[in-house]
Amino acid sequence: MRIFDPHIHMTSRTTDDYERMYEAGVRAVVEPAFWLGQPRTSPDTFADYFDSLLGWEPYRASQFGIRHHCTIALNPKEANDPRCRPVLDLLPRYLAKDGVVAVGEVGYDSMTPEEDEVLAAQLALAHDADLPVLVHTPHRDKLAGTRRTLDVVRESGLPPERVLIDHLNEPTVAMTRESGCWMGFSVYPDTKMDEDRMVMILKEHGTERVLVNSAADWGRSDPLTTRRVGAAMLAAGFGEDDVDTVLWKNPVAFYAQSGRLDLDGAAPLGSHAGNTIERGG
Amino acid sequence: MIDTLIPLLPPDERAWRWLADALRRIADDDAAILELFPAVRRVCGRGPLPGVPGWTIDESARLVLLQGLAAPRTTVPEVYRYGDTAEKIAVLKALPLLDVGPDALPLVRDALRTNDTRLIEAAVGPYAAGHLPAHEYRQAVLKCVFVGIPLSAVAGLERRADRELARMLADYAHERTVAGRDVPEDVQRFADVHNQGREGH
Repeated sequence: MRIFDPHIHMTSRTTDDYERMYEAGVRAVVEPAFWLGQPRTSPDTFADYFDSLLGWEPYRASQFGIRHHCTIALNPKEANDPRCRPVLDLLPRYLAKDGVVAVGEVGYDSMTPEEDEVLAAQLALAHDADLPVLVHTPHRDKLAGTRRTLDVVRESGLPPERVLIDHLNEPTVAMTRESGCWMGFSVYPDTKMDEDRMVMILKEHGTERVLVNSAADWGRSDPLTTRRVGAAMLAAGFGEDDVDTVLWKNPVAFYAQSGRLDLDGAAPLGSHAGNTIERGG
Repeated sequence: MIDTLIPLLPPDERAWRWLADALRRIADDDAAILELFPAVRRVCGRGPLPGVPGWTIDESARLVLLQGLAAPRTTVPEVYRYGDTAEKIAVLKALPLLDVGPDALPLVRDALRTNDTRLIEAAVGPYAAGHLPAHEYRQAVLKCVFVGIPLSAVAGLERRADRELARMLADYAHERTVAGRDVPEDVQRFADVHNQGREGH
């Protein structure tokens, strides 16, 4: 089983995690820029964080046989702090980097006017940088937040196939599917999805445009939940090809739209042709 | 200046047009390089540069862009500051070919403080050999030894090696030996050669 975790915050994880992930079949990850638990107070610390996502972390991942890409953005929570707003001015130079495969995580946290402005500005940046977008949906008031997110995405004029709506659950999957956007599910203890509910969703909605991630971070979380979803899918009667679609082909197809996904030799499984993504551009 | 690099770059029409346009934009405003420099690998390629061992196509194209800066002493550090690893390496390798005098030493020091062997190796090139003060040069050599970069990758070693460096490397070799660990052959040889004639140890 080869696994591409399309959303995991490796900066918060240990080398033991990298070893266990490789053992479980994880060969590629995308680390979205998000908040660090401790609020930041200046754009400079964002720049250092972005540098780490483009420098040290991919280097660390490479030592464990795992390909690391990232997404860059001002996250919704810190979009509300005026001290962090100048991060928007730094984004164009970071969105130009080879290791950046999407703008993200953008979206709503508390659905404030500030979050509206920053979301709209960053959807426009995604258009300018010709990058897909990873959109976070809020933990609180999720149904209304997801509906509003989909409205804003539609109004932005970005093609829905360039947008991944993340942290979905049973109440938010249908409207997202209808929108034409990609559907991301975080399998994360207590607050998000679990593997059995994930399998139910896959049975009902199929595997098309569905991505599964661990969203593992500095909270109580688990970087191997992707693997467990694969196992649960097989136990529920899905074929190996279905598992590969959800855990590898779909995330590759979504992020390859950046033209910057570099997976040369990342997952050489004999039975799967076409695992090399041409560098576009 | 672009003409001098024509033979070095592969004859790719699209890359040439892009480079020429990028140089025009940089000539208008140095700051334009901040969004052009990161895109070089995607447009020009990143394979080895024919005829120039140790250099890649993107590094040579990035050198061309840096040479187009009106105020390299202010802008080169900015490019390095916001560079990803490949960009930082390209800046470090370009330093001896840019008009920056000793002003870019903070970039070398920054790279030497990292734990990324690719950056450290790019930092110990001819620019560091020409400008780093003696103590820092010795520390840079020692850092290479610690992270497994061969001494052959350090520029200017024959010229800048001194008794103090030989002592440091001999001490390192001794520390490794008493810990039951291997001593890299090049380190042992260097310590032996440069400690010849020393009184005991």
